[in-house]
Formats: sequence, structure tokens, C-alpha cells
Amino acid sequence: MLRRLNRLCGGDENRVDSRTIYIGRRPCLETEVFIPSKFCDNRIVSSKYTVWNFLPKNLFEQFRRIANFYFLIIFLVQVIVDTPTSPVTSGLPLFFVITVTAIKQGYEDWLRHKADYEVNKYPVTVLEDGRSVKKESERIKVGDVVEVVEDEIFPCDLILLQSSREDDTCFVTTASLDGESNHKTHYTVPDTEKDLQALSATIECEQPQPDLYKFVGRMHIYKADQEPAVRSLGPENLLLKGATLKNTKKINGVAVYTGMETKMALNYQGKSQKRSAVEKSINAFLLVYLCILISKAVVCTTLKYVWQSKEGQDEPWYNQKTQKEKDTNMYLKMFTDFLSFMVLFNFIIPVSMYVTVEMQKFLGSFFITWDKDFFDPEIQEGALVNTSDLNEELGQVEYVFTDKTGTLTQNNMEFIECCIDGFQYRHRDELDGFTVTDGPVGKLQQKAGLEKEELFLRALCLCHTVQVKEDGAEETPRDQVDGVDGMFPQPEEERCFIASSPDEIALVKGAMRYGFTFLGLESKSMKIKNRQNDIEEYKLLHVLNFDPVRRRMSVIVQSKSGETLLFCKGADSSIFPRVKPEEVDRIQLHVERNATEGYRTLCVAFKQLSAEEYAVADTGLREARLALQDREEKLMAIYNQVETDMSLIGATAVEDRLQEEAAETMEALQGAGIKVWVLTGDKMETAKSTCYACRLFQRGTELLELTVRTLEDGRIKREDKLLELLRDYHRRAVQDAPPVKAGVTRSWSTANQEYGFIIDGATLSLMMNPPRDADASLYRNLFLQICQNSTAVLCCRMAPLQKAQIVKMVKNSKGSPITLSIGDGANDVSMILEAHVGIGVKGKEGRQAVRNSDYAIPKLKHLKKLLLAHGHLYYVRIAHLVQYFFYKNLCFILPQFLYQFFCGYSQQPLYDAAYLTMYNICFTSMPILAYSLLEQHMSIEVLLDNATLYREIAKNAMLRWRPFLYWTVLGIFQGLMFFFGVRFLFSNPALQDNGQVFGNWSYGTIVFTVLVFTVTLKLALDTRHWTWINHFVIWGSLAFYVFFSFFWGGIIWPFLKQQRLYFVFANMLSSVSAWLVIIILILLSLLPELLLVVLRKPRGPHSRQKKPGQSNVGGSHSSQSSARPLLMRTFSDESNSVK
Amino acid sequence: MMASSYNAKDEDGLHPGSVGSGGPGSVKSKKPDNTAFKQQRLPAWQPILTAGTVLPAFFMIGLIFIPIGIGLFVTSNNIKEFEIDYTGVDMSSPCYICAQNYSWDSTSVCTCSVPFTLDQHFDSNVFMYYGLSNFYQNHRRYVKSRDDSQLNGDKSSLLSPSKECEPYRTSENKPIAPCGAIANSLFNDTLELFYIHPNGSRIAIHLVKTGIAWWTDKHVKFRNPGGSNSNLSVVFQDTSKPVNWRKAVYELDPADPENNGFINEDFIVWMRTAALPTFRKLYRIIQKKKDNMTPTLPPGNYSLEVTYNYPVRSFDGRKRMILSTISWMGGKNPFLGIAYITVGSVCFFLGVVLLIIHHKYGNRNNSADITN
Repeated sequence: MLRRLNRLCGGDENRVDSRTIYIGRRPCLETEVFIPSKFCDNRIVSSKYTVWNFLPKNLFEQFRRIANFYFLIIFLVQVIVDTPTSPVTSGLPLFFVITVTAIKQGYEDWLRHKADYEVNKYPVTVLEDGRSVKKESERIKVGDVVEVVEDEIFPCDLILLQSSREDDTCFVTTASLDGESNHKTHYTVPDTEKDLQALSATIECEQPQPDLYKFVGRMHIYKADQEPAVRSLGPENLLLKGATLKNTKKINGVAVYTGMETKMALNYQGKSQKRSAVEKSINAFLLVYLCILISKAVVCTTLKYVWQSKEGQDEPWYNQKTQKEKDTNMYLKMFTDFLSFMVLFNFIIPVSMYVTVEMQKFLGSFFITWDKDFFDPEIQEGALVNTSDLNEELGQVEYVFTDKTGTLTQNNMEFIECCIDGFQYRHRDELDGFTVTDGPVGKLQQKAGLEKEELFLRALCLCHTVQVKEDGAEETPRDQVDGVDGMFPQPEEERCFIASSPDEIALVKGAMRYGFTFLGLESKSMKIKNRQNDIEEYKLLHVLNFDPVRRRMSVIVQSKSGETLLFCKGADSSIFPRVKPEEVDRIQLHVERNATEGYRTLCVAFKQLSAEEYAVADTGLREARLALQDREEKLMAIYNQVETDMSLIGATAVEDRLQEEAAETMEALQGAGIKVWVLTGDKMETAKSTCYACRLFQRGTELLELTVRTLEDGRIKREDKLLELLRDYHRRAVQDAPPVKAGVTRSWSTANQEYGFIIDGATLSLMMNPPRDADASLYRNLFLQICQNSTAVLCCRMAPLQKAQIVKMVKNSKGSPITLSIGDGANDVSMILEAHVGIGVKGKEGRQAVRNSDYAIPKLKHLKKLLLAHGHLYYVRIAHLVQYFFYKNLCFILPQFLYQFFCGYSQQPLYDAAYLTMYNICFTSMPILAYSLLEQHMSIEVLLDNATLYREIAKNAMLRWRPFLYWTVLGIFQGLMFFFGVRFLFSNPALQDNGQVFGNWSYGTIVFTVLVFTVTLKLALDTRHWTWINHFVIWGSLAFYVFFSFFWGGIIWPFLKQQRLYFVFANMLSSVSAWLVIIILILLSLLPELLLVVLRKPRGPHSRQKKPGQSNVGGSHSSQSSARPLLMRTFSDESNSVK
Repeated sequence: MMASSYNAKDEDGLHPGSVGSGGPGSVKSKKPDNTAFKQQRLPAWQPILTAGTVLPAFFMIGLIFIPIGIGLFVTSNNIKEFEIDYTGVDMSSPCYICAQNYSWDSTSVCTCSVPFTLDQHFDSNVFMYYGLSNFYQNHRRYVKSRDDSQLNGDKSSLLSPSKECEPYRTSENKPIAPCGAIANSLFNDTLELFYIHPNGSRIAIHLVKTGIAWWTDKHVKFRNPGGSNSNLSVVFQDTSKPVNWRKAVYELDPADPENNGFINEDFIVWMRTAALPTFRKLYRIIQKKKDNMTPTLPPGNYSLEVTYNYPVRSFDGRKRMILSTISWMGGKNPFLGIAYITVGSVCFFLGVVLLIIHHKYGNRNNSADITN
């Protein structure tokens, strides 16, 4: 809808690639006539309805759903055609459903209206003709100059023109946009005049687009006597609506995008709807029942006309038709008869099921939010449920795709060691660790030259985008005092650094420990304090930003002495090709060793730029930044050009600790038959060691590697080598492996070889897009089969989109397994959205993952309970709910169908209209709802202790055709029982001890009583967890039925045309025979159930009782590993891997 | 296909810009309550249905049901029932002529007398039923063709009956009372019973015509209009009799004002539509003799005098007269007794079989479980 609005606002302008904005909405050149172009106003409309269109629009939307539409049709048929049941019987439930939904949506829309109003009426200050004018936010027009003061939210997307800070920057937090709470620096457009009133400029920028981090524009500044100056605009100049101004007193900015065209508004276009497997099962069952319904109606209609063709049956003298009926066309009559039968049997597909399923999902999801085990005291938050549609899907997961950084690991970086010029420097974190102030302690024999050391540390101090948090004015003098004291830099350890990546902070802090302290960035100059406590100042010329493709970042600084230096840090794979090869060897060893130990390694390189070189780079960078088109590509090219011929000075190793209980969680997931795939952007060695630490790979696991390294073979091409390897691995993992039983993939006693599979991004893309298209499916099949037979798969060096690609590939593979993605960062969003269930970890990398997820949990360890306990229970509950609903309506309608054979196929309902209406709404709805919310067929502890139980419900086990058939047969059996039991009783309708007889309504009431009791007691038999609520609801429902029947039959109802049930129920109870038949029929109907209980092998009585031994073994086992997360390093020997 | 979800959310999208949070997804900033309900730790009874608990139930059911079944069967067998078809389909049947000639609008009265013999004596109260076969009282068009508020004595409904009564709603521009197909087709054969004494004399047996309808029907559901006005012909003066009826509703039992008009019991019994196309309805009660010594109906020859009014030949129907005694479980019906005996013995048998199976294999299963 937003998109539609957008189109309206944009108007014909959409055809142009860019828009021109006149600052202050003034013409810039006297000669030009200012034509105010039409942009949409700054009104945010998130509401869907107005008072006037609410009713039609809401109704239209509700009836667009096929189920609602079906019931509406049934209702209309009942109104138009002379049908056996009154329209009320289906109209009332439908009305109820529609009303409740409408009220809910109306309320939500009202909230939106309120919020919109608040946003739109928010007072803002706009500079007009030199005066500041207070305006309502919605009145801001594109081109207005808006003033924003500290802690205010930007009312629209602004280009920063002026800041109260001296360095022409301002700080913002985008917590409400992407959840990143760090302060981000934005810059004013360089060289704009201080007097905004005199500023005469236009801005040319791209059309609105939703990417928060992309913006390209150009500002033309016109001065009376000069050529117009051009300045490039980038995302660093754009202040987004929804972000908050921090640490800055006041800014002025010009509005470029307003209202629905702001990036924030464009970003909330709603997520695609995910549907659960259970829902698909429901649809399949519905189809079956629809077929049953239609065939019943067809059978009855046919038989009716066969029966009527016999003389005297159609219209005996005692039962004449009305004139109208006689006049009706025969075929029309057949059709209306068919419709009438449809209406009579339509209760087999009940409206109430949708309501109940919906309620179950909605209410059930509260248990996740309420679970205190999901509460994390650190962030003071529990789990978050963004959609309640997928609760049961949590019990069906077959593949877990997990991010590594921040998900498996804590993303809490600690500087471990560094390597300078080939010498290792390890920081001993002993008690007196901080006393090491005099420089790196080379526990190893030698040290690198002092010069190299200092260069390295300077590089660490300069090459980053870290900010020092300013806590207040008094902070600065104290720092200086410390500076004088010099020898005790501890207070600086508390210094607060803010950065978008925790690695950078770890590095800066690491450098600080070795004596080089980063003091901050002020007006483009970086200050660092060296070991001699001298302040060194460097002019920051350029920052060559980090991005995941380049996997490196650089800064170009100018030292006091005038040298221009480029410092670069990045992943080894991206640095090594750009430095002198002879330097690589010395450091590569360390890097690889560090990586195997599970550390994140970065290489640091530097390069001295000559004046000419710098001039070339400078102009190149500036030009690229000004480019309106393909700016990214151009920048990339320049970056690559600049970052060459560097010299390697060292490498760093940063440890990323494992999340608490990461290993146990992974173990539990594997025990549950779930395949865990690790998808990470990290390098293979690091990722592999994390996998060992998480026990995804075990000592005996045979690793199958498919990486750039294994593909390197001088003799043959990479593609051929790939195929060869794939075939080889396939033979090993798939063909030679003993056939595995479906469902049970792996037993605990691992007799057969386990395989781990490793692939990296480059190989994956080679495989997905092979040079010959014909190979694509072959590659893919081989790959998938290998993966499916491996216990764990590690995909490293993945770009975000590749992660989604992998998920999609598995999702669409044979058997369409249920996938779950878990991640914490923005780079995981694509796979979170792609998987069936997306889980966000409330980690440190912002809130984007959480916002796009279906469920968010604070820690990885919560995944275990979420899947094994909550998911399992939800699945069992909803599966039972669905089956039970179909069953109870089958045995409800079957007697009514059978009755047609005894009443001349005349559509005479067996039950009274009140019973027909109330059966699903009142008499049998609450027990199943309570069951589906509270049932714990096994206690949560048992489910958590025995991960294997998860396999019992794998592959939608409770909603496949076999169980469905069982329930259907049960329903048919009971329906037959009810009807014919009473039929034989009524062979002599004199059932009372005074010789009086019962009529047709007594017949129906007896059947109905048996029915209500049987289906309720059937549920009682299935209930394994009787809380007081279950007791209350089950016995209460039965009591309510009895009470209602007395009440309904106890009064002559003035509004009813026919008093059909008057005292029928009471008379029924006065008959001993009726009692006896009710009792025996209930018992007989439940007998098969009881029999099954005896015959079925008791479902793991041993698993029901806690086996302290077993669970403890697992516990102690894994607690060891968590206590020493790097234990695995001892056996992560490379010999395991296949090369 | 129809299961497009009822979820409101799919359209709500997410509008964090305006609505901070809503539904279950709202962020709980504080720790969740540690209540038993919220943590799904409500104290619960967790019954485990195992062979051990179910097997005794099987035996119990067997032990209880078999005696009940035997009791029911014996009771049912002790009920004496005599049934005679007087439709007159056969040439030999006494009512053959009546059945042949008769159509519902003929004016002449046709009577026939059907002799029969009772072999056993009928003690206690004897209930006389008439039975109809292939008569669809449960046809939808028929069942709804009545106006209960008219029958309840509502004045306005009396004069303008419900549309459901069509085509038996008005006749000669006057509303029909009682309207509708059910009332119109009131069973109007008159059955009388004579005992033929061995000495040849015919003794009329007194038939009681009250007490055959439900008490609540007679006293609440069916009311004559006009309340206390005992002159029913005045009350019904603006109405017309049902087309098939010989006499007006206020002439059903002129002798007894408590059994006349809408509260005539024969009428009320007929108005309670039968469940199945073959049914019986209570017609008369023969009360037991005061002295308690002589049987109500001694064995011997009887004669059923039928005033043959009710045509059934057109729809291939049958008419029967049934004499039956009644027990605490109602009329004769061996079904219940047999059902109870069967279910009881099946349960017992299953119990025994299962016990054997359980004993033989159960232990092994258990041990297998443990080693597993």
C-alpha cells in the first residue's frame, strides 16, 4: 500500500532518475523561474482505514480470504434458498468472527492513527525568510530548512547543512531505525556558507529508495560572482527521519525526502507472510473434507431423485407441496437440493476451527514471551515473538542455519596476541597484567625492532573508525592529568569507545595495553598518545571504508612531519595479495596458527604515499565520491588501486568467546536429529575451530573440504577438480554409507563414520553458477546429497546473499525440509527472512536481525528450549487440535447424513438448530482450546533432557495421512455407532415407562448427547496433563451442555416459530432406556481408544521418568567443554581433514 | 485452499514508526512473572493409561454390563406384545374392501372387523398403539409444517398462521386451525376392541384415551385459544377445519372439554412427529382390573373393530394395531439387552486375552525397554 501511495506522491517524477531540490525553496539564479515541483508532504500515513472507508474496506479485505468467503456463500445460500437450517446457524458464528477481527483491526488502526497524529502534529522549527517559524511536522515541504535540537528526532530525511559543533559534525543514534545504539557521525556539506539565508543552492539527488545506508546526491552552490561549486553528498550527509540527534546542540538541514518517501517509511513495507507446514496440512485435510462434503451432497441429491421417482413417494397426500414448489423447474430444484444438502452438512468444515487455531496460536505464543528461562538479566529482556503463526514450526525444524559471530560466539572480542614482523607478542592476562606498560612483553626469545613495533601500534591506533565517547566536560582535564602522571594508564582502560564493530574496539584497547592510546578524533585530526606520553597528531585525510566484499579497510593520514601514510587492515586473504610476497611467509604461519586456535585474525599493512601518489588517489577518491551513478563501483576501483604494494607489518589475533552453553545447545540439536549448518563470513580455520569448540565436529568426524585451497590443482581446471571432488565425497559420504532410516538419522552409538562438510563462498558460487549451465543441477544434487549425509556443514566466507542462497537451496530440496535460521547481525537478515523460521539473537550487532525475525531470543542457548520444549509442545498441541477438530465434526455430521436415508432425503436436520450452532461454539470448543494451550504430553524437563524425543514428531509426523486416516476412521466408526445405536433403540419408540413414545427430536437429542459426551471424553482420554483448567473446562463443558439443554427445552421461547425441543431433554432423561443406550454407546465408541492404549507399546515409560544418570552424563560432559571452550584445540588437528 | 489464515497480522504489516508494539510481540522490558501458569508449571494430574490401569476397567465393564444385559433381555422378553396388520392389502383381509374403496375425501363410513387371538394373558396396564409404515412423518416439508404458537393458543397466530403451514394454511379464505400438513393428516381411524367370550358374547373393552401424551405437551405446549372460554366453537368460529378432517378441531372429543380442541391427546400424540418412517404411536390404554387377580386381557378371541378412514395404499403404507405391556425400560425391545450382553462379554473376553498377552509379552517388552 505504501508503494501505491508512493507512486501517487511521486507522480510523473518517477520517470526521472534524480530530483532537484531548491534549498529554502528559493530559485537559485535570478534568471530562472522557481517552479515548485510537487513532492509529497511530510504526512506519515501508516493507518489503513478512515472512519468512512473502514466498514467497506475492512469487510472487503476479510472476505477476500477464501475461508470467510466460503462461509459467506453458505450463509447467502441459506438466506436465499429454502434450506433445512436457519441462516442464523452459520451467520452467527461468521458474524462473530468478522466482528472480532474487525474490532481488533480497527483498534490497531486507531492506535496507528493516534501515533500518526502525534508524529504529524509534532512541532518543528523551520527557517523561513531568516525567521524561524514553528510548524507542525506534516507541513514540512521538500526544500525547507529545518532546525533540530539535541535529543530530538529528525522529522524527515535531511541533508545536514550546519551544525552547532565546531568540527561541522553531528552525532546521531539510529536505534529506532536499525537498533544500533552507537553514535554515528554525520558531516555537514563542506564549504557551505554559515548564513543559511544567503545560501543559494540546489541539491540533486536520487529518487527515494529504501536502503538506509545508500544515498547519492550532489549539491550545487551558486555564488553571485562565481561558477557554481559542486559538492558530493553521501549517506554521511543524510540525517534519516526517525534517528535522534545526540551530543550536538542544534543542527540545520534541508529536507530532501518527506513523509512517505523517507527511508524509514519506505522500509516498513511489511514482511512476506510465512506459512507453516501445519497450515498446509490443514489445507490438504480441508480438501479431503470438502470432497467428503460434496460427495455426501451429491449422493443424497441423487438418491433423493431416485427415491422420488417411485410412485407416491414424492408427494403423498399427507404432504403436499406448495404451489411454488410445484412450479419450480426440475433442474433448478435439483440444484437447490444440492445446495441444501451442502448447507446441511457444511458444519463438517467449521468456522470455529479457524478461530480456535488462531486463538491457540495467539495465546500460545504468550508462553514464549512469559518464559523466564528466556530472560537475560544482562540486557533485561526476554524472548520476543514477532509472529505467532509459526509456533508449531519450531517443533518441525530439520535444518538449523546458524551464524557464527555473535550467535555461536559472544562477539565479545578480546585482544589475545599480535605478531609483529614475524615475532609473536602475547599479552599475559595475569593479575598484574595491566602493569605491563613498557611495551610488548616478548615472552618469546626475540623482539621485532622497536621501530616496527611502534609502527604497528600506531597502525592499530589509527586504522579504525572508533569514537571516544564524551561523557562530559570534566572528562578532558582528567585525561590530561593522567597524561601527566603517565605511568598509570589504568583510568584510560575505562575509556569508553564506540564503534560499529567490536573487533576495532578490541584492537584499540589492545594497542592501549601496549602503550599507544587513541585519544579521539577532533576536526579531522586523530590524536594518539605514544609510549613516551607524547601526543601525536595525525590529519585524517581519507577513510577507505570497510565492506564485507573487500574485507579490509584503510585510512590515509598525514603525520606532523608531512608524511602521508596509508594504513590498511583486513583479512589475510585480502591483504596478502597486496603486499610484498616475501613478507607474507613470516606472518602467514602465525596467522594460520592463530586461526586454527579459533581466533579472529587481521593483518595490518602500511604504505607510504608520495605526494604524487597521494594527489592521484585524492582526486580519484573525490571524483568517485561525486559520481552520481555507479558510485560504489567507482569507489571500489579507486580503493583497489590505492591499496596496493603495501608492506605487511603484522597481524593481530582477537578471541571471540563461545556463547554460554553453545556446545550443549548444538549437541542437543544434533541429538534431536536436526542438522546444523554454520554459515559465516569468517575464514575457514577460525570457523572450523569454532565448530570443534561447539562439538559440531567431533574428533572422529571426517572432514570433507571443498574450498579454494582444495580446488587448487595445477593440472586441471577448477571446475573439473570441483566435479571430481564432489564425486569423490559423494561416493564416500553417500554411497558407501549404510542406508539410513528416514527420520532417525544417527544413533548415539556412532558405529558408522561421521562426516563434516566444509565449503567456502568462492567454491559455492562456482558451484551455483558453473561455466556450463547443464552442470548446475548435477553439482547441486551432489552437493545436497553430501550435505544431507554429513552431520554438520560449515560454510565459510559467505556473503549475506549466499547465506540466503544456501537456505533457499536446502528449503527447496527434496522433501522440502523445515529450515531455521538464527543470527544476530544485519548480514543474517537475508537468511532469517529466507528460512521457514527466522530467529534473531538480541546480540551486539544492532537490532536488524531481531526486527526481521519471527522470534527473538537473547542468547543462543535459549534455542534448545525454544525448539525441544516449546516447539515440540506447540506442534503436538496444534496437530492434535487440528485432527480433533476434523474428527469431531465428522462424527457430528455423519449421523445427520445417515438420517437422510430415513427421512426421504428431505434434508431434515437430525439435531435442533440450537445444537447445530452451539456444538462447535460452546459445547466442544473450550476443552480442546484448553488442551491445545496447556497440554504437556511429556514434561518440559523430560523433553529437554531427551533430545531424541524431538525426532518422534519430525516430518510432520502427527499430521500425515496415516494419523489423519486413523482419526477419520475413528470419526466414521463413532458416527455410525451413534446413529445406528439409537436407530435400533427406536425400532420401538415406546421408551418411557408410561408407554408414551419419542419423536424425531428425541432421537436427535439422544444422538447429540452421546456425541457431546463421547468427543469430550475422547479428549479427556488424550489429555496427559490435567491442570485445574482442564478439569474445569472439560467437566464444565459437559455440565454446561446438560444445563443448556434443560434450559433450552424448559421454556416456550416466544421468538421461536417451533418449540421443537420443549421438554425433550427432560423426557429423555426420564427414560431408563435412553440412559442405558447413552452409556453403552459412549463406552462402545471409546472402546477402540482404550484397546489401543493397551496394545500400543507404552510410549517410553523410561523416558518419562528422569534418568538422572543419563542426563548427568551429558551435563558433565558438556559443562567441561563450556568451562574450557578451547579444549577442542588439542584435537583440532588438521590430519582429520581431507586434502 | 480455504485455510487462508484468519490471522489479522498478515495485513497489519509492521509499522513501528507509529505503533510501538502490539500483540504478543510487545517487548517486555521487565522480567516475566514467575507464576506457575505463565511458566507452564501448573500443578497437574498426569494419568498414564497403561495396560495395568485399563485391564481392570475391561473386567469391570464386563462384570457390570453382562448382568445388566441379562436383566434387560429378560425384562424385554417378559413384555408381551401382540401386533396385527389391518391395512387390508390381501384379498383375504377383512379390511380389503375398505382399503380398496377408500380415498381420504370420501364421505361414506367404512368399517371392518379384524378377529385375532391372544395366546397369553396380558397383565397390568396394556397399551394400545397404532403403527404406520412407510409414512414419512420425518420428512422436512412435513416436520416444519406446523405453527406451534397457534397450537399454544396464540390468538393472532390462530387467525394468521405461519407461512410454514403452506399449502395447508388457509381454506376458503379462512385460516386453518390447526394449520399445517401434520395436523391435516391426523390419524383418524377409530379402533375398538372386543373380547369374544367363549360363550359368544362380545364384551367391549374399555379404552382410556387420556394419559397418552406427554404431560408437558398437554398442559403447557398445547393450549386452546380463548383461555377460559369453554365454548370452543365460538373461539374457532373464524377458522376453517383442516381440509382432510371430517370434523372441526373443537369436535374432536366433545364429551370431555379437557380433551378437546388443541389439547386433544390423540391430536397431541400425532403432532409429535416420529423419528423413522415406520413408527408406532400410543392410542389407548387398557387399565388393569381393580381386583388385580384377573388379567387385563385374558387369552382368547378378540375382535378389532376399525372405522377405516385413513388411506395408506397410495404410498404403499401399512397400518398396524399393537397391544403391549410396558416395563420400566418401556416397550419390548431386545436390542438393549443384547447390546449390553455383547459389549459386556466382548470386554470380558478382551480383558482375558489382553491379560494373557500382557503377561506373556509385557515383561519382555519392559526388559527390552530397559536395555534399550
